[in-house]
Amino acid sequence: MAVTEQPTPEVAEELEERWEDAPGIPGFFNTVDHKRIGMRYIYTAFLFFFASGALALVMRVQLAQPNAGVLSPETYNEFFTMHGTAMIFLFNTPVLAGFGNYLIPLMLGSRDMAFPRLNAFSYWIFLLSGLFLLSSFVVGHPPNGGWFAYTPLTSKPYSSGINIDFWGLGVIFVGISTTVGAVNFIVSIFKLRAPGMTLNRMPIFVWSMLVFSFMVIFAVPSITVAAALLELDRLFGTAFYSVVGGGSVLIYQHLFWFWGHPEVYILFIPATGMVSMIIPVFSRHRLAGYVWVATALVTVAFISFGVWVHHMFATGIPALALSFFSAASLIITLPSGVQFFAWIATMWKGVVHFSTAMLFALGFLLIFLLGGITGVMVAVLPFDWQVTDSYFVVAHFHYVLNGAVVFPIFGALYYWLPKMTGRMLDERLGKISFWTMFIGFNVAFFPMHILGFLGMPRRIYTYDSGLGWDTLNLLISVASFVFAAGTLLTLYNFVRSRFRGARAPADPWHADSLEWTTTSPPPEYNFAAIPIVNGRHPLWDDPPSSVEVADGQPSTRALGVVGALEKDMPVTEGLDARPQDVLGIPEPTYLPFIAAVGIALLFVGLLVEAAIIGVVGVLIGMAAVVHWLWRTSENLR
Amino acid sequence: MSARHRRRLVALAIAVGIATASCGGAHSIVNPKGSEADRVAGVWWLMFGLAAAVYVVVAGCILYAATRGRRRRGPSRLHDNWFIWIGGVIVPFLILVVLAVVTVDATSALRTSSPGEVRIDVVGKLWWWEVRYPGHGVVTANEIHIPRGTPINVHLTSDNVIHSFWVPQLAGKMDTIPGQPNNLEFTADKVGRYAGRCAEFCGLQHAHMGFEVIVETPADYGRWLARRERVPLEPASEEAASGQLVFQREACAGCHTIGGTDAQGTVGPDLTDVGSRRLLGAGAIENTPQNMRAWIRDAGAIKPGVQMPSFQSLPDRDVAALAAYLESLK
Repeated sequence: MAVTEQPTPEVAEELEERWEDAPGIPGFFNTVDHKRIGMRYIYTAFLFFFASGALALVMRVQLAQPNAGVLSPETYNEFFTMHGTAMIFLFNTPVLAGFGNYLIPLMLGSRDMAFPRLNAFSYWIFLLSGLFLLSSFVVGHPPNGGWFAYTPLTSKPYSSGINIDFWGLGVIFVGISTTVGAVNFIVSIFKLRAPGMTLNRMPIFVWSMLVFSFMVIFAVPSITVAAALLELDRLFGTAFYSVVGGGSVLIYQHLFWFWGHPEVYILFIPATGMVSMIIPVFSRHRLAGYVWVATALVTVAFISFGVWVHHMFATGIPALALSFFSAASLIITLPSGVQFFAWIATMWKGVVHFSTAMLFALGFLLIFLLGGITGVMVAVLPFDWQVTDSYFVVAHFHYVLNGAVVFPIFGALYYWLPKMTGRMLDERLGKISFWTMFIGFNVAFFPMHILGFLGMPRRIYTYDSGLGWDTLNLLISVASFVFAAGTLLTLYNFVRSRFRGARAPADPWHADSLEWTTTSPPPEYNFAAIPIVNGRHPLWDDPPSSVEVADGQPSTRALGVVGALEKDMPVTEGLDARPQDVLGIPEPTYLPFIAAVGIALLFVGLLVEAAIIGVVGVLIGMAAVVHWLWRTSENLR
Repeated sequence: MSARHRRRLVALAIAVGIATASCGGAHSIVNPKGSEADRVAGVWWLMFGLAAAVYVVVAGCILYAATRGRRRRGPSRLHDNWFIWIGGVIVPFLILVVLAVVTVDATSALRTSSPGEVRIDVVGKLWWWEVRYPGHGVVTANEIHIPRGTPINVHLTSDNVIHSFWVPQLAGKMDTIPGQPNNLEFTADKVGRYAGRCAEFCGLQHAHMGFEVIVETPADYGRWLARRERVPLEPASEEAASGQLVFQREACAGCHTIGGTDAQGTVGPDLTDVGSRRLLGAGAIENTPQNMRAWIRDAGAIKPGVQMPSFQSLPDRDVAALAAYLESLK
């Protein structure tokens, strides 16, 4: 489908030369290509996914039988702390940022993100903060205060080792990456959309990443403050959370959950964005209620900042105050209901093709339906008093965070990996993987609801027999291995596709959005000429126009192949995407990596309480940033 | 495909059936033995009914919509906007209104400001529960005796980390928070022993921070309280008497209190009635003479991380005497 101006072979070669990263190790460290960075995000995040999944499996071996001795209580506490911490901070958030990084410029019809160097910087921060957190295993002191690290258990008198410092400093560290990435998404989405892609023509995944980014910017400061005050208490002897010193322990919980609950939606919203891309394509029908869905995403974002206290229903806050949070937690169901029925209507009006990606989307619907229902239940105050901190809640949030986030992510792998790698995944293997995961998931997590009813609290390393918990726990443990096997099948499928997968065409699914107009994998410059968008579904009913290279105007000139040759991106107006300006794409540079290493040294210095390391880190970081800013104009031309 | 979906619905129905049946188990929140837990169980069954209906209808819609095209029906005349309005907004809103009314109603019933007739002070420790009966001078640990049919006010505090007090069959949870005393009120309906646990992660031995609530008839409760108010008698047997000497000679008395003796330590649990307790180590093991000896010798082997030191070097004879003494404290 020749919808865009194609360069001649000679021009293509010239483009290639102009955009190519240095080969080998230098190119690895100095690239600013959003696609390489996006893939790295995804690979690194999945590394953490399998690592923290392995922790969960060992915990399930420990819990398979009463009074088992596989893990000591100390190790068990470290494992569940790191399982939660890594899944939230090092897998779920960054893997979504990875998909966003890779896909958003392609969906927008742009040649890169707005700030490519900042993009590289946010990846290096993510990688180094992840290694920082995991290195706690190497030195034998992983965090052990739960992923939520409630004070005063995590304060110095009750946790004197550096275990908690890894956590406190680590979450501040990784927060830098998330925040920087969010700024980059917001600017890219508002300023780099192809001409004609007005806000109401943006793909829903782009909407979801926009909402994700705004939520990150408002929520992450709260956990950064929570963790920073914790570390001030621990490292410098302040008393923010010390009752004896006049502090308050509950203020920590408020700060933590003011981030923590929006965080659930930060993870969930892009996952629904993926589903909103997959379902219409495999239903062969445009998304029903586009405006409804986009509005629902924005609405959820607002309401999600008003529900945090429902994590604190049992802390003795007066009932009247709790009732407001209970009501807000009920109301937040409505936007999700809207999305749900938009998806159903889409399938209803189309003809569903059961590809692997679509199966994952359907699995998501059935799992999220239950997770959503139990979410309403725990919003009901008196019921929550019974089930909070029990296995019922473990079941609920795994239905939401594993079922309703990981399933769409796996669907997204089957859907977008052919674009990214240029190789198709095996559909048959994919379907086996889906069914293994779907059955394993439900058999592993559904019985946890019942365990909660039977009085099994969370975070216990063992239990006695005779409580009626034995059979269910054994069943859960066995099924958790089935689920894990399902995820490994997809890993195998991926590795296999890299060697033996069929070549992916530009648009293997007959999809509607712009990323499918370019080759699989896309060239470094994404689009030789930027497509002009005429509708919400550029590849279905409103084919993009070829660029009309205008005279003199730099902003329209940048749209054409000439722009690609000059490494320029057109900048468009925020609302209606009319060409407005030009943004140059910087050359590869080591500065983001060096700046990230400097920051990492600062955190290591704080961890080991060695001022010299911290000071060196700050100096390196500042030197890199100053150099980075100093040379900006020079780099761009 | 549709046959497979039907099978899955059947499987789901079976799962729900099993769930419902097994929820009636001994410690279940839907096997309530107190007015508060009873109220919550009522809320649950209402929600369960609504939830089951919603799940079946919506999952049905999903499966129908997904397979509709395959059955080669003609183009759908479904109206997107109405479908989303009704399914996504209006119906859920009506259900939520019902739940909101139920929530407010049950909440106000469960959080009345009535002072309760029996006040019990419970302190969350690392990792056990101190239990005090103000006005009676009675102190015990990990077992809470209460009278049946009487509103109880449990006053919850902590002098260390946050714990959460939970007896599934009697009432929902309430945290013990340093610097912020909380109250939990409930009334037990049936005589019996009810397992309770710490529900908030509190460190190494969160798993072994259990307790029991022993509901007695008001008369039995009165007798129990009266007996506990009396200073214990002299040790009954010769072995117990020598055990008492060991208790005072070794480090025991530095941490534990035994009413009516010189042992007035406050670090560990009060042992005045330890012989009457069903469990040792806040639910770690059953209280038998053999287990008592093992606990004295090396409590850390049974409950790793426990603050009680081990007494491996104590001669067997002394351990036996000590255990006999402690078991005699009823």
